[in-house]
Amino acid sequence: MKHVVIAWMEDKPGVLTRVASLFRRRGFNIESLVVGHSETPGISRMTFVVDGDDRTMNQVESQLEKLINVTAVEDVTAKPAVVREMALIKVAAQGSEARTEIMQMADVFRAKVVDVGHQSLTLEVTGEEDKIESLIGLLRRFGVLEVTRTGQVAIVRASAKENGNGHRP
Amino acid sequence: MKLTGAQIVWEALVREGVEVVFGIPGGQNLPIFDALAKYEYPLHFVLTRHEQGAAHMADGYARASGRVGVCMTTSGPGATNLVTGLATAYMDSSPVVAITGQVATTILGRDGFQEADVTGITMPVTKHNYLVTNINELPQIMAEAFYIAASGRPGPVLIDICRDVQAGQIDVVWPDKVDLPGYRPHVTAAPVEGIAAAARLINEAERPLIVVGQGVTISGAHAQLQDLAEKADIPVASSLLGLSAFPQSHPLALGMGGMHGEAFTNLALQNCDVLIAIGARLDDRLTGAFATFAPKAKIVHIDIDRAEVGKNLTIALPLVGDARLTLELLLPLVRPAQHTEWRAQIAAWRTDTDRRDILAQETTTLVPPYVIRQIYEQAAGSIVVSDVGQHQMWEAQYFPHERPRSHLTSGGLGTMGFALPAAIGASFARPDEEVWVVVGDGGFQMTMCELATVIQEERKIKIAIINNGYLGMVRQWQDIVYEKRYSASPLVNPDFAALAAAYGIAALRITERGAVADAISTARHTDGPFLLDFRVDPLAMVYPMVLPGKSNSDMLRRPLPEMMGGQEGK
Repeated sequence: MKHVVIAWMEDKPGVLTRVASLFRRRGFNIESLVVGHSETPGISRMTFVVDGDDRTMNQVESQLEKLINVTAVEDVTAKPAVVREMALIKVAAQGSEARTEIMQMADVFRAKVVDVGHQSLTLEVTGEEDKIESLIGLLRRFGVLEVTRTGQVAIVRASAKENGNGHRP
Repeated sequence: MKLTGAQIVWEALVREGVEVVFGIPGGQNLPIFDALAKYEYPLHFVLTRHEQGAAHMADGYARASGRVGVCMTTSGPGATNLVTGLATAYMDSSPVVAITGQVATTILGRDGFQEADVTGITMPVTKHNYLVTNINELPQIMAEAFYIAASGRPGPVLIDICRDVQAGQIDVVWPDKVDLPGYRPHVTAAPVEGIAAAARLINEAERPLIVVGQGVTISGAHAQLQDLAEKADIPVASSLLGLSAFPQSHPLALGMGGMHGEAFTNLALQNCDVLIAIGARLDDRLTGAFATFAPKAKIVHIDIDRAEVGKNLTIALPLVGDARLTLELLLPLVRPAQHTEWRAQIAAWRTDTDRRDILAQETTTLVPPYVIRQIYEQAAGSIVVSDVGQHQMWEAQYFPHERPRSHLTSGGLGTMGFALPAAIGASFARPDEEVWVVVGDGGFQMTMCELATVIQEERKIKIAIINNGYLGMVRQWQDIVYEKRYSASPLVNPDFAALAAAYGIAALRITERGAVADAISTARHTDGPFLLDFRVDPLAMVYPMVLPGKSNSDMLRRPLPEMMGGQEGK
């Protein structure tokens, strides 16, 4: 089963290598990994999606927590959380008919057209993984030229935190 | 006061109470060594002959003392030579601080002479590591390294210091405390509810068993362990590293379980109904096939490292915490008990093991267990450092240990070449005690250059080479699993006694049983190091044996005396 896990870590040289090296040598199956600044200076926040059973997830959490630079780990899979990913999709758009159709589709998916070329359109879409997958799927018949995706980021909903389910470093 | 980076290193070591450092100087740590000569710090530097030896010495010192062992090498090849020693210390939770020189920050990352990415290379085999590019961080990093190495589940920490940092100068502000936001070792007992639940399980058990590992020694839980075992009448099995955590002469002691554990010990493991694992990782050498280990048991697992609990096996009751503190809380909740039937069952299994004892058999050949037992007869109570292979298993079976930290060996990584340097380290930790090295002819040759260190440092260690002319354990597997195809396992050896003589070490070669006791006595009564080259039966086998991937219930047993000469049965 896929799990979405958040880890907070000190923003120090080599921390990403430590985490990546741990995932590799313990054989954890990582589907996506995003890292960036958190609200606290000096603390980075990583969101990653990992496929594993309960034993694996227990290992993922406890092995990560052992890294000296990691300050907290939280599996948010079972919690009410907002999980989002962004994708930029460059799709072939030849002729006004195709162009119109793509733009209508973008509307339905609340995607933005961020670049227009003679032969292509570039869309920016944000949402859960499924939504992005289905938009890309629908665009395939026009010819998807390039895709870049951020990987998933997550945040536990305020309602959950207020109920005491939240967990902070 | 202004200090150079090199001075900060030594001052920090002195502040940490370090008394001995093992290592080798080189191009990128010369400033550190120059400071040592210039300022005469109150600690002793041991020049080793190979950096691997330095790491094992620091590890051996740590295992024998419980304090942090320190090693120091130059960059590049000096540092990469530490890797085996660091991995060894990491697997066995041994507190080591390694300080390596690195090229100057101006060259770093440009493939400079003797540059290697040492923090990158050692990341998976250290508890933590540091690359120091800013001298202002050095005092804090030194303090953190010692704190991390020694606290919680101990382990090696490496500090890679750029050459210009060593040569730089600052006004030092020593840190008054170490505060790491991401490192909060469990130095407390496990939660009380868990402990109460464990007590209920133990109180209801009919066939309880304790299995102990290195964690008992690290935590200093020996007395509490013995109290628990005696109060609730629970037999105590050990992992290889747990052997000196419980006195082996105790009526409840069952010795080592697992791949080469005695049959009665493995049968106890496989038939117990509650298993209390204390400070043991429950790795495959102890458990055999995970799915078949202790199939009737509910397992209580006490370990300071949460990641070890449930890693390999399903644990009924995880108790994450310090072993000693947890046992202190558990003890009053456990009811006094007598497990007469269970003890009688184990005793019956033991009788069968005794019948198969090699030492009880009529033979004139020089079998390794005989040599080991003779060393025990004369030198019981010594610190024994065993290497890795057949002799290591025979030592575990035939040299009972009574005191904590009297049995040192590379259990997790299984590092051949560990014993001689580790014994040198141990001899610095406990200078008044007799230290024996039990080593095979293969492993000895992996680090025998440290004989020179033995002489230079006037170590009085006694070395027993169990010389069978093979990589013996490899040959044993080839015997059993590969139809006796001895692929690359026979050794053509030098004359070890002559070799010792070349170093100025007294030595004897022993080829028959009658000469063993006298030779050991001569070694013990010689004031100085001594090497004994025991030319043992080349084809002796270590039994019992659980083949890899098999269940502990499925052992190859020692042959019964009447079956000698043929292959063993079950």
